[in-house]
Amino acid sequence: MSNVPATLRYTSDHEWLRPGTTCAVGITAFAVEQLGDITLVDLPKVGDVVEKGARFGTIESVKSVSDLYAPVSGTIAAVNDALAGAPEEVNADCYQAWMVEITPSNPAELDELLTAEAYAATLG
Amino acid sequence: MRAVALRTPLYDAHRALGARMIDFGGWDMPVSYPAGTIKEHKAVREAAGLFDVSHMGEAFLRGPRATEAVQRLTTNDVGGAPAGKAVYTLLCRPDGGIVDDCIFYKRSDEEYFVIVNASNRAKDLAWIRDQVGDLCAIDDVSDATGLIAVQGPTAVALVDQLAGGALADVITFGFRDATVAGVATVAARTGYTGEDGFELACANADAPALWQALVEAGAQPAGLGARDSLRLESRLPLYGNDLDDTTSPLEAGLGWAVKLDRPWVAAGGDFLGRSALVAQKAAGLTRALTGFRIDDRAIARHGYDVVDRLRPAGEQVIGKVTSGGPGISITGAIGLAYLPPTYGAAGTPLTIDCRGKDVAATVVKGKFYKRA
Repeated sequence: MSNVPATLRYTSDHEWLRPGTTCAVGITAFAVEQLGDITLVDLPKVGDVVEKGARFGTIESVKSVSDLYAPVSGTIAAVNDALAGAPEEVNADCYQAWMVEITPSNPAELDELLTAEAYAATLG
Repeated sequence: MRAVALRTPLYDAHRALGARMIDFGGWDMPVSYPAGTIKEHKAVREAAGLFDVSHMGEAFLRGPRATEAVQRLTTNDVGGAPAGKAVYTLLCRPDGGIVDDCIFYKRSDEEYFVIVNASNRAKDLAWIRDQVGDLCAIDDVSDATGLIAVQGPTAVALVDQLAGGALADVITFGFRDATVAGVATVAARTGYTGEDGFELACANADAPALWQALVEAGAQPAGLGARDSLRLESRLPLYGNDLDDTTSPLEAGLGWAVKLDRPWVAAGGDFLGRSALVAQKAAGLTRALTGFRIDDRAIARHGYDVVDRLRPAGEQVIGKVTSGGPGISITGAIGLAYLPPTYGAAGTPLTIDCRGKDVAATVVKGKFYKRA
């Protein structure tokens, strides 16, 4: 059973979001298990505007490339540049290895995200 | 209706080791174990890794005219090899397209063993039967045969120890019947990783005991993920990606495995694809499988376009990536693409359209990774 921290919110595409003034975003343990060893993370720049459900970056494992989708609309407030040189940190602890922080432009979208319980249920 | 996934005799062993299983051509196969692809890959480069390749197809060709049958089928001089020698070869269509790449094992002039790609089992066996006709008997033993590859710098010593010292002197691409960990095997000094090692064929029922003995001797189980990254670094082509019915061995850079002037041919014998390959060689190639290294932080994957932005709009795509992935024992991402020969010189700058983003790459000749 994958680790699904109760304090986070989730998308059905296996991103997590930590609610706040700025919201850290990463990928879930389930996603990491599916991807295997992560070799490259391509992220946007601070100040870029992202739209809920739209691609904001890509993550590559040894075998595959996957898109990252913004859980909420807003502006990129911070980017975890450490992942450029050390993408394996996502494998080591995916809930510490955040990818970006987003300042939500429509905080009501946060309520549309899955709770830990609802997300865990989608994993079967 | 839903197809039932095929399982190798080592399926339970993979599950017990905690492998992540995926569908591979209808087979339920381990893509990685809990160690992960990168550690599995490095274990093969630095010590010894263990692969279940029991999904591959195996057959015997037997009879007084078996050598004649093999000479007609293969591009390489399998029939002219000494007994006890394995030979990498292509099976070609009359038009030069590749039916499969495979290894033939010459046991005698009247007996050959062949191992073919898992995804081509049915196609190859039907092809061989059609082409060989009644020249010799074909015995498909795929469903009864387990196959385990042990690969890496310590692999030979590891297997030799389990064989009581019976295998240390087997030469590269040599093979021998040997008992390994109490199991009757055919041990071939071959592989698909660029490393030294053995591939061990045995009866299905014996495969779990052999696998267990190899694990206990210290070999790291490695999945299809590592198998793919290892073979790409060593520039070994993968059928279905880099080779198919429409590519020729010459285009694929496998001319070394096409013996157009072997004694069989000099004596008036023919082989499938020969005249087409002779004509292609005379006319010159219009495309060639070309290796590249990515200059930027990006990874090119199978199917991405290689482009030349200096060409007119609409004519900028010059080829497609057939294999691509991150280097693990080397820095940066690597790949292969069919390109016009004018782009083939080492150091030629390339541009690859990685999902809408132009990424710079450079042509590399030879293997991306060379073992010490």
